[in-house]
This record gives sequence, structure tokens and C-alpha cells, in this order.
Amino acid sequence: MEWLVRALDLVSKWAIPLFLVGIPAAGLARGVRIYEAFVEGAKEGFQVAVRIIPYLVAVLAAVGAFRGAGGMELLAGWLAPVLEPLGIPASVLPMMIVRPLSGSGANGILGDLIRSEGPDSLAALMAAVMAGSTETTFYVLAVYFGAAGVTRYRHAIPAALVADAAGFAASIAVVRLVFG
Amino acid sequence: MALIWFLLLATGLLVAVVSGNLDGFTRGALDGAAGAVTLALGLVGALALWLGLLRVAEEAGLTDAVARALRPVMQRLFPDVPPDHPAMTAMVLNVSANALGLGNAATPLGLKAMEELQTLNPRRDTATDAMVLFLVINTSSVQLVPATVVAMRAAGGAENPASIVGPTLLATAVSTLVGIAAARLLARTRLGRMPPELA
Repeated sequence: MEWLVRALDLVSKWAIPLFLVGIPAAGLARGVRIYEAFVEGAKEGFQVAVRIIPYLVAVLAAVGAFRGAGGMELLAGWLAPVLEPLGIPASVLPMMIVRPLSGSGANGILGDLIRSEGPDSLAALMAAVMAGSTETTFYVLAVYFGAAGVTRYRHAIPAALVADAAGFAASIAVVRLVFG
Repeated sequence: MALIWFLLLATGLLVAVVSGNLDGFTRGALDGAAGAVTLALGLVGALALWLGLLRVAEEAGLTDAVARALRPVMQRLFPDVPPDHPAMTAMVLNVSANALGLGNAATPLGLKAMEELQTLNPRRDTATDAMVLFLVINTSSVQLVPATVVAMRAAGGAENPASIVGPTLLATAVSTLVGIAAARLLARTRLGRMPPELA
């Protein structure tokens, strides 16, 4: 496992510098007017960013209001008695609720668990695997659908949440198996 | 989306009223709205950089080469998208960048993919099967090394900060596979049905 981690670390360190030089180099070799092509492509960047703003405001304002009101804590309180018999520590619950809604919130919960229960506690390990194996689902959906101008998501949210739930369940099971 | 959006707001207000925390509700909404703009504008630099490089790569024929290599897999996942369509290339590049943990490169490529998928969409306000599947693959995370989590564990004094890498890979694989299956199956249920055309 150690060599794999090392190799992947090397890839993430070198990938961007190599792309920055390698792609223009390949373009030059094939006679592409690389500077003009770059500027032409880069022009789209601003438009895309501005186009997603209204969609992001809608999602982040609603999530912010829900969290500011204390909705996350309440939800965690309700779910705890259901999940504890399943071998899921109550302190991991907030992670499962916050993770799809807020990336910084999830990092905050992980940091808090590492501090309060220790980095190698079962709860902190589960939360770490959950944070690493899932994404900020609602943010991704808002940004990507926003860029395309799609407002009717059909089955995207249920399917994405099923995937998140599967990721959480797998995190719990694997951590119990490996570290339990 | 409209329903979930409203539920978040309405239950938030309900909680705020019951717990006497109306200020928190209001502050949360305003902070969220302001944060959204900061977030989006913060993307401009990275978006411009990667979309610029992408254009160079396209004109040099590099993106076609990558897409051709992964064509068999992509064709099975996205049967509705023509194999030579630029959407295929953008999706392949987005997933590759995500797998390597290059988030700021992945987002512009993903947005590009969505725009390309939109050109194949007969109903511009409604998600296609291909869009839903692509986004579920994205939201289920395909990152090979969770760099932030490993860094946080190291900062917290973990014995072996990278010990969660293997378990995370396994959990990610499970969530992505379940996500693909769920997107496929739900497309044929009530949840995935096409909403009535807007007048």
C-alpha cells in the first residue's frame, strides 16, 4: 500500500506542472498557434463562472439558513437512536448529514473529531474515510447543472444520495474490518 | 430540485422558530449567498487557465487521443452520446483529473462536459440520462488519494496518516458503482420520468 500512496503522491505533485508545459509543447510540435488558442479558450472562463452564480446562491443560501438555524444538530439528534444499534458511533452522524451539503463543514467536523476523540479513534477513522470517499453532492449538482442552465434534475439527487449512502455504509464496514 | 430547495428553507425556518434562533437562520442565508459569489468568482482564474490549456490540447489533437483510448468504456456508460462527440472527451478528462485529485482542473473540464451534453439535449431545462449519470459519477468521488484528509490526519498526530487511503479507495469504488447502478435504474422509474413540458 505504501508504494501506491507514494506513486499517487508523485503523480499529483507533477501532473499540473507537466500539463502546463507539455500541452503547449505538443501544440507547438503540431503547428498550433498556441498563444491564440490559449487566449481563445480562456475567454470562456469568466462567462462560465458568472453563469453559475445564481444557482450557487440558491443552494448555498438555503443550506446556510438550514445550518444557521441549527437544523443539522436537530437532525443528528433524531437519527442517533436509529443508527447506534447498527454500530455507528453517534459522533460520526453529523459527518453523514453535512458531507453532501458542505465541504468546509465536513472538514470542520473531521477536524473536530480528530481533536476530541483522537486521529486513530474508530469515529475519526470512519469520518476520515467518509470525507475522502464522497463529494459535496449538492454543490457539484448546483455548479454543473447551473453551467448548462438545467433546472429540472429528474433522478439526479436521489441517485447521488443513494451513492453517498452506499459510500457511508462501505466506510463504516471497511473501517470496522480493517481497524475494528 | 425545487422541492428540496423549499424543504431546506421551510424546515430551517421551522427549526429557527422553535429554537428561537431566527438570527442564525437569517445570518446563515445571507452568509451563504455572499459565499456563493466569492466561490464562483474565485473559480475564474483556474477556469480560464484550464479552458485555455484545453483549447490548445484540442487543437493539438491530444484530447481526441485520450478519448479514443477510453472509447469502449465510455460508449457502454453513455450509449446516447455519439462516440466522437466532444462531450465524451470532456467527460473522460474530467474524471481523469478528479481521479488524480486535480480539483481545479477537473471543474472546468466538467463544466465543459455539461455544456457539450447540453448541445445533445432536446429539452434545455431538463437533465438527460447522460447528464445525470455523469454527475452521479462526479458526486460519488473518484479521487484516488484523499490529500486533504491525509493532511488533516497528519496535522492531528495520527500514527500513520495515510492508513485510510486503502479503505477510502474501497469505499469510493462502492459508492461510484452503486451510483452508476442507481442512475441507470432510477431513470426508468417515476423519479426519472420526463416532467411535463413547460408552456
